[in-house]
Amino acid sequence: MNIFVFVKRVPDTESKIRINHETKTIVEEGLNFVLSPYDEYAVEEALRLREANGGKVTVVSVGKEEALTTLKKCLAMGADEAVLLKDESPETYDGLRTARIIARAVEQKFSDHNLLLFGKQSVGADNAQVPAMVAELLGLPQVNVVTKLEVKGNQGTAHREIEGALEKVSFSLSAVISAQKGLNEPRYETLKGIMAAKKKEIPVVTLEELGFKDDDILPMLEVIKLESPPQRQAGKIIEDEPQEAAKKLVAFLHEEAKVI
Amino acid sequence: MILVFLEIREGKVKKSSLEVLSEGKRRADELKTEVQAVLIGHNIEGLASEAFPYRASKVYVLENSLLSHYSAASFSQAMHSLVEEVKPEIILFSASAMGKDLAPRLAAKLGVSLATDCIQTACRAGKLEVIRPIFAGKAFVTVSFKGSPQMATLRPNVFPLLEPETKQGEVVKKDVVIPEDQVKGKVEEILREEGAELDVTEADVVISGGRGMKGPENFDLLRELSSIVPHSAIGASRSAVDAGWIDHQHQVGQTGKTVSPNLYMAFGISGAIQHLAGMSSSKHIIAVNKDPEASIFKVADFGIVGDLFQVVPHLKEELKKVLAE
Repeated sequence: MNIFVFVKRVPDTESKIRINHETKTIVEEGLNFVLSPYDEYAVEEALRLREANGGKVTVVSVGKEEALTTLKKCLAMGADEAVLLKDESPETYDGLRTARIIARAVEQKFSDHNLLLFGKQSVGADNAQVPAMVAELLGLPQVNVVTKLEVKGNQGTAHREIEGALEKVSFSLSAVISAQKGLNEPRYETLKGIMAAKKKEIPVVTLEELGFKDDDILPMLEVIKLESPPQRQAGKIIEDEPQEAAKKLVAFLHEEAKVI
Repeated sequence: MILVFLEIREGKVKKSSLEVLSEGKRRADELKTEVQAVLIGHNIEGLASEAFPYRASKVYVLENSLLSHYSAASFSQAMHSLVEEVKPEIILFSASAMGKDLAPRLAAKLGVSLATDCIQTACRAGKLEVIRPIFAGKAFVTVSFKGSPQMATLRPNVFPLLEPETKQGEVVKKDVVIPEDQVKGKVEEILREEGAELDVTEADVVISGGRGMKGPENFDLLRELSSIVPHSAIGASRSAVDAGWIDHQHQVGQTGKTVSPNLYMAFGISGAIQHLAGMSSSKHIIAVNKDPEASIFKVADFGIVGDLFQVVPHLKEELKKVLAE
Protein backbone atom coordinates (compact mmCIF):
# COMPACT_ATOMS: atom_id res chain seq x y z
CA MET A 1 0.00 0.00 0.00
CA ASN A 2 1.25 3.41 -0.93
CA ILE A 3 -0.04 5.80 1.72
CA PHE A 4 0.35 9.58 1.83
CA VAL A 5 -0.35 11.52 5.02
CA PHE A 6 -0.82 15.28 4.94
CA VAL A 7 0.27 17.06 8.11
CA LYS A 8 0.47 20.59 9.46
CA ARG A 9 2.62 22.39 12.00
CA VAL A 10 0.45 24.22 14.55
CA PRO A 11 0.77 25.88 17.99
CA ASP A 12 0.13 23.34 20.76
CA THR A 13 -3.23 23.36 22.51
CA GLU A 14 -1.82 24.93 25.69
CA SER A 15 -0.91 28.06 23.70
CA LYS A 16 -2.31 31.48 24.55
CA ILE A 17 -3.03 33.15 21.24
CA ARG A 18 -1.83 36.76 20.85
CA ILE A 19 -2.79 38.84 17.85
CA ASN A 20 -0.94 41.34 15.69
CA HIS A 21 -3.86 43.54 14.68
CA GLU A 22 -1.91 45.37 12.01
CA THR A 23 -0.87 42.32 10.01
CA LYS A 24 -4.04 40.40 11.04
CA THR A 25 -1.92 37.41 12.02
CA ILE A 26 -1.20 35.60 15.27
CA VAL A 27 2.06 36.34 17.05
CA GLU A 28 4.22 33.24 16.54
CA GLU A 29 6.97 34.34 18.89
CA GLY A 30 6.98 32.28 22.09
CA LEU A 31 4.56 29.66 20.78
CA ASN A 32 5.42 25.98 20.97
CA PHE A 33 4.69 24.36 17.61
CA VAL A 34 3.72 20.71 17.25
CA LEU A 35 2.36 18.22 14.74
CA SER A 36 -1.40 18.96 14.67
CA PRO A 37 -3.00 16.40 17.05
CA TYR A 38 -5.49 14.98 14.53
CA ASP A 39 -2.68 14.57 11.98
CA GLU A 40 -0.84 12.48 14.55
CA TYR A 41 -3.71 9.96 14.50
CA ALA A 42 -3.48 9.93 10.70
CA VAL A 43 0.26 9.19 10.76
CA GLU A 44 -0.24 6.43 13.32
CA GLU A 45 -3.01 4.83 11.25
CA ALA A 46 -0.80 4.91 8.16
CA LEU A 47 2.00 3.16 10.06
CA ARG A 48 -0.41 0.48 11.31
CA LEU A 49 -1.76 -0.11 7.80
CA ARG A 50 1.78 -0.46 6.47
CA GLU A 51 2.65 -2.88 9.27
CA ALA A 52 -0.40 -5.00 8.40
CA ASN A 53 -0.25 -4.80 4.59
CA GLY A 54 3.27 -3.75 3.68
CA GLY A 55 3.97 -0.71 1.56
CA LYS A 56 5.22 2.78 2.11
CA VAL A 57 4.21 5.82 4.16
CA THR A 58 5.08 9.29 2.88
CA VAL A 59 4.28 12.38 4.96
CA VAL A 60 3.68 15.68 3.20
CA SER A 61 3.30 19.19 4.58
CA VAL A 62 2.32 22.47 2.93
CA GLY A 63 4.12 25.27 4.70
CA LYS A 64 7.24 27.20 5.46
CA GLU A 65 10.67 25.71 6.07
CA GLU A 66 9.81 25.38 9.78
CA ALA A 67 7.47 22.54 8.86
CA LEU A 68 10.56 20.39 8.27
CA THR A 69 10.66 19.85 12.05
CA THR A 70 7.12 18.50 11.93
CA LEU A 71 8.02 16.18 9.06
CA LYS A 72 11.09 14.96 10.98
CA LYS A 73 8.83 14.02 13.88
CA CYS A 74 6.71 11.91 11.51
CA LEU A 75 9.83 10.24 10.15
CA ALA A 76 10.92 9.53 13.72
CA MET A 77 7.53 7.89 14.36
CA GLY A 78 8.32 5.55 11.47
CA ALA A 79 7.26 7.17 8.19
CA ASP A 80 9.45 6.15 5.26
CA GLU A 81 9.68 9.43 3.41
CA ALA A 82 8.72 13.08 3.73
CA VAL A 83 8.15 15.91 1.27
CA LEU A 84 7.73 19.63 1.97
CA LEU A 85 5.51 21.59 -0.39
CA LYS A 86 7.04 24.95 0.31
CA ASP A 87 4.55 27.77 0.69
CA GLU A 88 5.83 31.07 2.08
CA SER A 89 2.40 32.61 2.43
CA PRO A 90 1.10 33.37 5.94
CA GLU A 91 -2.05 31.56 7.12
CA THR A 92 -4.87 32.46 4.72
CA TYR A 93 -7.68 30.47 6.40
CA ASP A 94 -8.56 29.50 2.82
CA GLY A 95 -8.99 25.73 2.65
CA LEU A 96 -9.42 25.65 -1.12
CA ARG A 97 -6.00 27.21 -1.66
CA THR A 98 -4.31 24.47 0.39
CA ALA A 99 -6.45 21.78 -1.24
CA ARG A 100 -5.45 22.95 -4.72
CA ILE A 101 -1.75 22.79 -3.81
CA ILE A 102 -2.15 19.28 -2.39
CA ALA A 103 -4.28 18.00 -5.28
CA ARG A 104 -1.78 19.30 -7.81
CA ALA A 105 1.12 17.67 -5.94
CA VAL A 106 -0.77 14.36 -5.76
CA GLU A 107 -1.42 14.42 -9.51
CA GLN A 108 2.13 15.34 -10.42
CA LYS A 109 4.26 13.65 -7.78
CA PHE A 110 2.23 11.06 -5.86
CA SER A 111 -0.03 9.63 -8.53
CA ASP A 112 0.63 6.04 -7.39
CA HIS A 113 -1.37 6.47 -4.17
CA ASN A 114 -3.70 3.93 -2.57
CA LEU A 115 -4.81 6.10 0.33
CA LEU A 116 -4.60 9.79 1.28
CA LEU A 117 -4.83 10.40 5.03
CA PHE A 118 -5.44 13.68 6.85
CA GLY A 119 -6.39 14.92 10.32
CA LYS A 120 -10.09 15.87 10.42
CA GLN A 121 -9.03 19.50 10.82
CA SER A 122 -5.91 21.40 11.75
CA VAL A 123 -5.87 22.61 15.32
CA GLY A 124 -5.82 26.34 14.64
CA ALA A 125 -7.49 27.29 11.37
CA ASP A 126 -10.17 24.73 12.36
CA ASN A 127 -11.33 24.64 8.75
CA ALA A 128 -12.16 20.94 8.39
CA GLN A 129 -12.30 21.50 4.61
CA VAL A 130 -9.08 20.37 2.98
CA PRO A 131 -9.69 16.58 2.93
CA ALA A 132 -13.12 16.87 1.27
CA MET A 133 -11.84 19.47 -1.19
CA VAL A 134 -8.86 17.32 -2.16
CA ALA A 135 -11.23 14.34 -2.62
CA GLU A 136 -13.39 16.42 -4.95
CA LEU A 137 -10.49 17.84 -6.94
CA LEU A 138 -9.12 14.32 -7.47
CA GLY A 139 -12.51 12.62 -7.92
CA LEU A 140 -11.97 10.28 -4.96
CA PRO A 141 -14.33 8.97 -2.26
CA GLN A 142 -14.04 10.72 1.11
CA VAL A 143 -14.73 9.59 4.63
CA ASN A 144 -14.20 12.30 7.24
CA VAL A 145 -14.00 12.23 11.04
CA VAL A 146 -13.08 8.56 11.13
CA THR A 147 -12.75 6.58 14.37
CA LYS A 148 -12.24 3.13 12.82
CA LEU A 149 -10.65 2.11 9.53
CA GLU A 150 -10.36 -1.28 7.85
CA VAL A 151 -8.82 -1.95 4.47
CA LYS A 152 -8.92 -5.24 2.55
CA GLY A 153 -7.49 -5.31 -0.96
CA ASN A 154 -8.91 -2.29 -2.72
CA GLN A 155 -12.00 -2.05 -0.50
CA GLY A 156 -12.31 -0.16 2.75
CA THR A 157 -14.79 0.36 5.57
CA ALA A 158 -14.71 3.23 8.01
CA HIS A 159 -16.71 4.44 10.97
CA ARG A 160 -17.43 8.12 10.70
CA GLU A 161 -18.60 10.15 13.69
CA ILE A 162 -21.88 12.05 13.35
CA GLU A 163 -24.12 13.58 16.03
CA GLY A 164 -24.69 10.92 18.67
CA ALA A 165 -23.97 8.01 16.30
CA LEU A 166 -21.55 6.52 13.80
CA GLU A 167 -21.97 6.02 10.08
CA LYS A 168 -20.49 2.84 8.66
CA VAL A 169 -19.18 3.81 5.23
CA SER A 170 -17.82 1.51 2.52
CA PHE A 171 -15.57 2.79 -0.24
CA SER A 172 -13.08 1.75 -2.92
CA LEU A 173 -9.43 2.70 -2.85
CA SER A 174 -7.89 5.10 -3.49
CA ALA A 175 -9.75 7.33 -1.07
CA VAL A 176 -9.41 10.32 1.22
CA ILE A 177 -9.77 9.57 4.93
CA SER A 178 -9.59 12.11 7.77
CA ALA A 179 -8.79 11.00 11.31
CA GLN A 180 -10.71 11.80 14.49
CA LYS A 181 -9.51 11.31 18.06
CA GLY A 182 -10.26 7.74 19.10
CA LEU A 183 -8.98 6.19 15.85
CA ASN A 184 -5.85 4.92 17.62
CA GLU A 185 -3.27 5.76 20.26
CA PRO A 186 -0.27 7.37 18.51
CA ARG A 187 3.14 5.88 19.32
CA TYR A 188 6.07 7.83 20.69
CA GLU A 189 9.20 8.26 18.61
CA THR A 190 11.99 5.86 19.52
CA LEU A 191 15.59 6.97 19.89
CA LYS A 192 16.44 4.79 16.90
CA GLY A 193 13.69 6.45 14.92
CA ILE A 194 14.91 9.92 15.85
CA MET A 195 18.46 9.06 14.79
CA ALA A 196 17.28 7.58 11.49
CA ALA A 197 15.04 10.60 10.83
CA LYS A 198 17.99 12.94 11.27
CA LYS A 199 19.82 11.26 8.43
CA LYS A 200 16.89 11.37 6.01
CA GLU A 201 16.78 14.09 3.41
CA ILE A 202 13.46 15.82 2.90
CA PRO A 203 12.88 16.97 -0.67
CA VAL A 204 11.43 20.46 -1.00
CA VAL A 205 8.98 21.18 -3.82
CA THR A 206 8.13 24.80 -4.57
CA LEU A 207 4.77 26.07 -5.80
CA GLU A 208 6.45 27.16 -9.05
CA GLU A 209 7.63 23.60 -9.59
CA LEU A 210 4.00 22.52 -9.27
CA GLY A 211 3.18 24.99 -12.04
CA PHE A 212 1.51 27.65 -9.91
CA LYS A 213 2.06 31.31 -10.65
CA ASP A 214 1.55 33.78 -7.81
CA ASP A 215 -1.72 35.09 -9.12
CA ASP A 216 -3.43 31.75 -9.65
CA ILE A 217 -3.01 30.74 -6.03
CA LEU A 218 -4.25 33.91 -4.35
CA PRO A 219 -6.55 33.32 -1.37
CA MET A 220 -10.23 33.80 -2.17
CA LEU A 221 -11.14 34.68 1.40
CA GLU A 222 -10.31 38.13 2.65
CA VAL A 223 -9.35 38.47 6.31
CA ILE A 224 -11.03 41.64 7.51
CA LYS A 225 -10.27 41.40 11.19
CA LEU A 226 -8.55 39.11 13.67
CA GLU A 227 -9.48 39.66 17.30
CA SER A 228 -9.58 38.08 20.73
CA PRO A 229 -12.93 36.71 21.82
CA PRO A 230 -14.96 38.91 24.15
CA GLN A 231 -13.83 38.34 27.75
CA ARG A 232 -16.41 36.86 30.08
CA GLN A 233 -16.96 38.59 33.37
CA ALA A 234 -16.53 36.33 36.36
CA GLY A 235 -19.84 36.02 38.17
CA LYS A 236 -20.83 35.18 41.70
CA ILE A 237 -18.72 32.62 43.55
CA ILE A 238 -20.15 31.21 46.78
CA GLU A 239 -18.97 28.89 49.55
CA ASP A 240 -21.82 27.42 51.54
CA GLU A 241 -23.36 24.25 52.97
CA PRO A 242 -23.99 21.89 50.03
CA GLN A 243 -27.80 22.04 50.28
CA GLU A 244 -27.84 25.82 50.70
CA ALA A 245 -25.36 26.24 47.81
CA ALA A 246 -27.47 24.00 45.56
CA LYS A 247 -30.60 26.04 46.43
CA LYS A 248 -28.87 29.31 45.58
CA LEU A 249 -27.57 27.91 42.31
CA VAL A 250 -31.00 26.72 41.23
CA ALA A 251 -32.50 30.06 42.23
CA PHE A 252 -29.90 31.74 40.01
CA LEU A 253 -30.69 29.42 37.07
CA HIS A 254 -34.43 29.78 37.48
CA GLU A 255 -34.93 33.41 38.45
CA GLU A 256 -31.90 35.31 37.17
CA ALA A 257 -30.59 33.42 34.15
CA LYS A 258 -34.05 31.95 33.42
CA VAL A 259 -32.55 28.87 31.77
CA ILE A 260 -34.25 26.22 33.88
CA MET B 1 -30.96 34.63 -3.65
CA ILE B 2 -29.72 32.80 -0.58
CA LEU B 3 -29.86 29.00 -0.78
CA VAL B 4 -29.97 26.90 2.40
CA PHE B 5 -29.26 23.17 2.46
CA LEU B 6 -31.77 21.32 4.64
CA GLU B 7 -30.39 18.22 6.31
CA ILE B 8 -32.66 15.25 6.90
CA ARG B 9 -32.02 12.88 9.79
CA GLU B 10 -34.48 10.22 10.85
CA GLY B 11 -37.12 11.48 8.43
CA LYS B 12 -37.12 15.06 9.70
CA VAL B 13 -35.47 18.34 8.81
CA LYS B 14 -32.86 19.01 11.48
CA LYS B 15 -33.38 21.92 13.83
CA SER B 16 -29.88 23.22 13.06
CA SER B 17 -30.90 23.53 9.38
CA LEU B 18 -33.96 25.59 10.39
CA GLU B 19 -31.63 27.83 12.41
CA VAL B 20 -29.61 28.39 9.23
CA LEU B 21 -32.80 29.08 7.28
CA SER B 22 -33.79 31.66 9.92
CA GLU B 23 -30.41 33.38 9.68
CA GLY B 24 -30.61 33.19 5.88
CA LYS B 25 -33.94 35.00 6.01
CA ARG B 26 -32.47 37.77 8.19
CA ARG B 27 -29.66 38.35 5.69
CA ALA B 28 -32.01 38.01 2.70
CA ASP B 29 -34.19 40.81 4.11
CA GLU B 30 -31.15 43.07 4.35
CA LEU B 31 -30.07 42.22 0.82
CA LYS B 32 -33.66 42.62 -0.41
CA THR B 33 -33.69 39.13 -1.81
CA GLU B 34 -35.29 35.85 -0.83
CA VAL B 35 -34.17 32.72 0.93
CA GLN B 36 -34.80 29.37 -0.71
CA ALA B 37 -34.04 25.86 0.48
CA VAL B 38 -32.97 22.53 -0.96
CA LEU B 39 -33.78 18.99 0.13
CA ILE B 40 -31.84 16.02 -1.25
CA GLY B 41 -32.91 12.38 -0.98
CA HIS B 42 -35.56 9.91 -2.03
CA ASN B 43 -39.31 10.24 -1.30
CA ILE B 44 -38.77 13.42 0.67
CA GLU B 45 -41.17 15.84 -1.01
CA GLY B 46 -43.42 15.85 2.06
CA LEU B 47 -40.69 17.46 4.14
CA ALA B 48 -40.69 20.66 2.06
CA SER B 49 -43.55 22.08 4.12
CA GLU B 50 -41.28 22.15 7.20
CA ALA B 51 -39.27 24.98 5.59
CA PHE B 52 -42.12 27.41 4.85
CA PRO B 53 -42.84 28.46 8.47
CA TYR B 54 -39.19 29.63 8.56
CA ARG B 55 -39.74 31.80 5.44
CA ALA B 56 -38.27 29.76 2.60
CA SER B 57 -40.05 31.18 -0.45
CA LYS B 58 -39.28 28.09 -2.49
CA VAL B 59 -38.03 24.59 -1.72
CA TYR B 60 -36.17 22.55 -4.34
CA VAL B 61 -36.57 18.82 -3.89
CA LEU B 62 -33.80 16.83 -5.57
CA GLU B 63 -34.93 13.24 -5.92
CA ASN B 64 -33.16 10.09 -7.01
CA SER B 65 -33.23 6.60 -5.52
CA LEU B 66 -29.42 6.72 -5.41
CA LEU B 67 -29.74 9.64 -3.02
CA SER B 68 -31.62 7.64 -0.38
CA HIS B 69 -28.32 7.26 1.49
CA TYR B 70 -25.99 10.17 2.06
CA SER B 71 -22.74 10.36 0.14
CA ALA B 72 -20.77 13.62 -0.14
CA ALA B 73 -19.91 12.82 -3.76
CA SER B 74 -23.47 12.23 -4.97
CA PHE B 75 -25.12 14.93 -2.82
CA SER B 76 -22.58 17.55 -3.95
CA GLN B 77 -23.18 16.54 -7.55
CA ALA B 78 -26.95 16.92 -7.15
CA MET B 79 -26.54 20.27 -5.46
CA HIS B 80 -24.01 21.43 -8.04
CA SER B 81 -26.49 20.99 -10.88
CA LEU B 82 -29.08 23.02 -8.95
CA VAL B 83 -26.58 25.79 -8.15
CA GLU B 84 -25.57 26.04 -11.81
CA GLU B 85 -29.20 26.44 -12.72
CA VAL B 86 -30.55 28.81 -10.07
CA LYS B 87 -27.32 30.74 -9.37
CA PRO B 88 -27.62 31.68 -5.68
CA GLU B 89 -25.36 34.49 -4.44
CA ILE B 90 -24.96 32.81 -1.06
CA ILE B 91 -25.15 29.14 -0.01
CA LEU B 92 -25.48 28.26 3.68
CA PHE B 93 -25.23 24.95 5.53
CA SER B 94 -25.36 23.96 9.17
CA ALA B 95 -21.88 23.14 10.48
CA SER B 96 -23.23 19.70 11.43
CA ALA B 97 -21.36 16.49 10.67
CA MET B 98 -23.10 16.31 7.27
CA GLY B 99 -22.75 20.03 6.52
CA LYS B 100 -19.04 19.99 7.26
CA ASP B 101 -18.62 16.94 5.01
CA LEU B 102 -20.72 18.17 2.10
CA ALA B 103 -20.05 21.93 1.93
CA PRO B 104 -16.30 21.73 1.21
CA ARG B 105 -16.88 19.13 -1.51
CA LEU B 106 -19.41 21.41 -3.19
CA ALA B 107 -17.17 24.45 -2.73
CA ALA B 108 -14.29 22.67 -4.48
CA LYS B 109 -16.64 21.67 -7.31
CA LEU B 110 -17.69 25.31 -7.68
CA GLY B 111 -14.11 26.55 -7.27
CA VAL B 112 -14.95 28.85 -4.37
CA SER B 113 -13.74 29.18 -0.78
CA LEU B 114 -15.79 28.36 2.26
CA ALA B 115 -16.00 29.72 5.80
CA THR B 116 -16.49 26.93 8.37
CA ASP B 117 -18.47 27.00 11.61
CA CYS B 118 -19.43 30.68 11.61
CA ILE B 119 -20.98 32.24 14.72
CA GLN B 120 -22.09 35.56 13.23
CA THR B 121 -23.12 36.79 9.80
CA ALA B 122 -23.62 40.32 8.46
CA CYS B 123 -23.97 42.18 5.18
CA ARG B 124 -21.57 44.92 4.10
CA ALA B 125 -22.02 46.64 0.75
CA GLY B 126 -24.23 43.87 -0.50
CA LYS B 127 -21.76 41.14 0.43
CA LEU B 128 -21.68 38.55 3.17
CA GLU B 129 -19.26 38.94 6.05
CA VAL B 130 -18.88 36.24 8.67
CA ILE B 131 -17.12 35.74 11.99
CA ARG B 132 -15.64 32.36 12.79
CA PRO B 133 -13.70 31.14 15.79
CA ILE B 134 -10.19 29.80 15.20
CA PHE B 135 -8.01 27.91 17.66
CA ALA B 136 -11.31 26.50 18.98
CA GLY B 137 -12.36 29.98 20.07
CA LYS B 138 -9.11 31.50 21.33
CA ALA B 139 -9.41 34.02 18.49
CA PHE B 140 -12.13 35.20 16.10
CA VAL B 141 -11.52 35.93 12.44
CA THR B 142 -13.85 38.04 10.28
CA VAL B 143 -13.75 37.11 6.60
CA SER B 144 -15.46 38.04 3.35
CA PHE B 145 -15.46 36.21 0.04
CA LYS B 146 -13.84 37.09 -3.27
CA GLY B 147 -15.60 34.46 -5.36
CA SER B 148 -19.24 33.70 -6.05
CA PRO B 149 -21.31 32.03 -4.69
CA GLN B 150 -20.30 32.93 -1.13
CA MET B 151 -20.40 29.79 1.03
CA ALA B 152 -20.48 29.28 4.78
CA THR B 153 -21.43 26.68 7.37
CA LEU B 154 -23.07 28.02 10.55
CA ARG B 155 -22.52 26.58 14.00
CA PRO B 156 -25.56 24.77 15.47
CA ASN B 157 -27.22 26.25 18.56
CA VAL B 158 -25.97 29.79 17.93
CA PHE B 159 -28.49 31.37 15.56
CA PRO B 160 -32.01 31.88 16.95
CA LEU B 161 -34.97 30.31 15.18
CA LEU B 162 -37.52 32.71 13.72
CA GLU B 163 -40.97 32.53 15.25
CA PRO B 164 -42.68 30.04 12.90
CA GLU B 165 -45.51 31.46 10.74
CA THR B 166 -48.23 29.63 8.90
CA LYS B 167 -46.96 30.19 5.40
CA GLN B 168 -46.96 28.34 2.13
CA GLY B 169 -44.42 28.40 -0.66
CA GLU B 170 -43.53 26.78 -3.91
CA VAL B 171 -42.19 23.23 -4.11
CA VAL B 172 -39.99 22.61 -7.15
CA LYS B 173 -39.32 18.93 -7.67
CA LYS B 174 -36.35 17.94 -9.77
CA ASP B 175 -35.27 14.49 -10.82
CA VAL B 176 -31.51 14.59 -10.84
CA VAL B 177 -29.23 12.29 -12.78
CA ILE B 178 -26.56 10.57 -10.70
CA PRO B 179 -24.34 8.07 -12.50
CA GLU B 180 -23.98 5.03 -10.22
CA ASP B 181 -20.19 5.31 -10.19
CA GLN B 182 -20.58 8.79 -8.73
CA VAL B 183 -21.81 7.37 -5.42
CA LYS B 184 -18.35 7.27 -3.92
CA GLY B 185 -18.31 6.26 -0.28
CA LYS B 186 -21.64 4.77 0.68
CA VAL B 187 -23.24 4.86 4.12
CA GLU B 188 -24.08 1.20 4.80
CA GLU B 189 -25.72 1.74 8.15
CA ILE B 190 -25.96 4.11 11.06
CA LEU B 191 -24.68 2.63 14.29
CA ARG B 192 -26.35 4.13 17.32
CA GLU B 193 -25.48 3.11 20.83
CA GLU B 194 -28.30 1.73 22.89
CA GLY B 195 -29.74 4.67 24.83
CA ALA B 196 -27.43 7.04 22.98
CA GLU B 197 -27.19 10.45 24.50
CA LEU B 198 -27.78 13.75 22.73
CA ASP B 199 -24.67 15.22 21.10
CA VAL B 200 -22.98 18.04 23.05
CA THR B 201 -23.01 20.34 20.01
CA GLU B 202 -26.79 20.14 19.76
CA ALA B 203 -27.86 20.16 23.40
CA ASP B 204 -29.46 23.13 25.16
CA VAL B 205 -27.70 22.18 28.38
CA VAL B 206 -24.27 20.51 28.62
CA ILE B 207 -23.46 18.81 31.93
CA SER B 208 -19.71 18.26 32.00
CA GLY B 209 -17.33 16.40 34.29
CA GLY B 210 -13.58 16.63 34.66
CA ARG B 211 -10.77 15.09 36.64
CA GLY B 212 -12.69 15.88 39.84
CA MET B 213 -15.20 13.15 38.91
CA LYS B 214 -12.51 10.72 40.16
CA GLY B 215 -13.63 7.76 38.04
CA PRO B 216 -15.88 6.52 35.22
CA GLU B 217 -18.63 5.27 37.54
CA ASN B 218 -19.21 8.76 38.94
CA PHE B 219 -20.35 10.04 35.56
CA ASP B 220 -23.61 8.28 36.46
CA LEU B 221 -24.23 11.18 38.87
CA LEU B 222 -24.16 13.54 35.89
CA ARG B 223 -26.28 11.16 33.79
CA GLU B 224 -28.91 11.19 36.54
CA LEU B 225 -28.85 14.97 36.48
CA SER B 226 -29.11 14.89 32.68
CA SER B 227 -32.11 12.56 32.86
CA ILE B 228 -34.17 15.27 34.59
CA VAL B 229 -32.92 18.28 32.58
CA PRO B 230 -34.61 18.46 29.15
CA HIS B 231 -32.37 18.54 26.04
CA SER B 232 -29.20 18.03 28.03
CA ALA B 233 -26.06 16.12 27.07
CA ILE B 234 -23.02 14.86 28.95
CA GLY B 235 -19.71 16.59 28.30
CA ALA B 236 -16.22 15.94 29.61
CA SER B 237 -12.81 17.53 29.88
CA ARG B 238 -9.79 16.13 28.07
CA SER B 239 -8.32 14.69 31.27
CA ALA B 240 -11.49 12.68 31.92
CA VAL B 241 -11.45 11.38 28.33
CA ASP B 242 -7.72 10.63 28.31
CA ALA B 243 -8.12 8.75 31.59
CA GLY B 244 -10.58 6.51 29.74
CA TRP B 245 -13.55 7.44 31.95
CA ILE B 246 -15.79 8.45 29.05
CA ASP B 247 -15.77 8.28 25.25
CA HIS B 248 -14.04 11.07 23.30
CA GLN B 249 -17.35 11.96 21.59
CA HIS B 250 -18.16 13.79 24.83
CA GLN B 251 -14.95 15.82 24.95
CA VAL B 252 -15.33 19.60 25.00
CA GLY B 253 -12.32 21.75 24.15
CA GLN B 254 -9.63 22.21 21.56
CA THR B 255 -9.15 18.56 20.63
CA GLY B 256 -12.83 17.88 21.24
CA LYS B 257 -15.95 19.79 20.39
CA THR B 258 -16.69 23.47 20.65
CA VAL B 259 -20.09 24.05 22.18
CA SER B 260 -22.41 27.04 22.67
CA PRO B 261 -25.32 25.70 24.74
CA ASN B 262 -27.77 27.84 26.64
CA LEU B 263 -26.27 26.50 29.87
CA TYR B 264 -22.92 24.83 30.52
CA MET B 265 -22.50 23.09 33.88
CA ALA B 266 -18.91 22.24 34.82
CA PHE B 267 -18.31 19.74 37.62
CA GLY B 268 -14.78 19.08 38.84
CA ILE B 269 -13.31 20.86 35.82
CA SER B 270 -10.32 23.10 36.57
CA GLY B 271 -10.59 25.08 33.33
CA ALA B 272 -7.46 24.42 31.26
CA ILE B 273 -7.06 26.95 28.45
CA GLN B 274 -7.91 24.40 25.76
CA HIS B 275 -11.15 23.52 27.61
CA LEU B 276 -12.18 27.15 28.16
CA ALA B 277 -11.68 27.77 24.43
CA GLY B 278 -14.28 25.13 23.66
CA MET B 279 -17.06 26.31 25.98
CA SER B 280 -16.60 30.03 26.71
CA SER B 281 -19.20 30.96 24.09
CA SER B 282 -21.91 29.19 26.15
CA LYS B 283 -24.69 31.61 27.06
CA HIS B 284 -24.56 30.77 30.77
CA ILE B 285 -21.87 28.90 32.69
CA ILE B 286 -22.00 27.46 36.19
CA ALA B 287 -19.21 25.57 37.95
CA VAL B 288 -18.70 23.42 41.01
CA ASN B 289 -15.11 22.88 42.07
CA LYS B 290 -13.26 22.29 45.34
CA ASP B 291 -10.44 24.63 44.38
CA PRO B 292 -11.41 28.31 44.81
CA GLU B 293 -8.51 29.25 42.50
CA ALA B 294 -9.72 27.06 39.61
CA SER B 295 -9.68 28.96 36.27
CA ILE B 296 -13.19 27.78 35.49
CA PHE B 297 -14.49 30.33 38.05
CA LYS B 298 -13.08 33.16 35.88
CA VAL B 299 -15.66 32.39 33.19
CA ALA B 300 -18.52 31.13 35.38
CA ASP B 301 -21.64 33.24 35.95
CA PHE B 302 -22.25 31.32 39.14
CA GLY B 303 -19.75 29.15 40.97
CA ILE B 304 -19.85 26.95 44.04
CA VAL B 305 -16.63 26.24 45.88
CA GLY B 306 -17.31 22.83 47.28
CA ASP B 307 -17.31 19.04 46.88
CA LEU B 308 -19.32 18.08 43.82
CA PHE B 309 -20.19 14.73 45.39
CA GLN B 310 -22.02 16.59 48.14
CA VAL B 311 -23.50 19.32 45.96
CA VAL B 312 -24.83 17.30 43.00
CA PRO B 313 -27.38 15.19 44.93
CA HIS B 314 -28.90 18.36 46.44
CA LEU B 315 -28.75 20.08 43.08
CA LYS B 316 -30.74 17.23 41.57
CA GLU B 317 -33.45 17.53 44.22
CA GLU B 318 -33.66 21.32 43.88
CA LEU B 319 -33.80 21.11 40.07
CA LYS B 320 -36.57 18.52 40.31
CA LYS B 321 -38.65 20.89 42.42
CA VAL B 322 -38.25 23.76 39.98
CA LEU B 323 -38.80 21.60 36.89
CA ALA B 324 -41.97 20.13 38.38
CA GLU B 325 -43.54 23.59 38.62
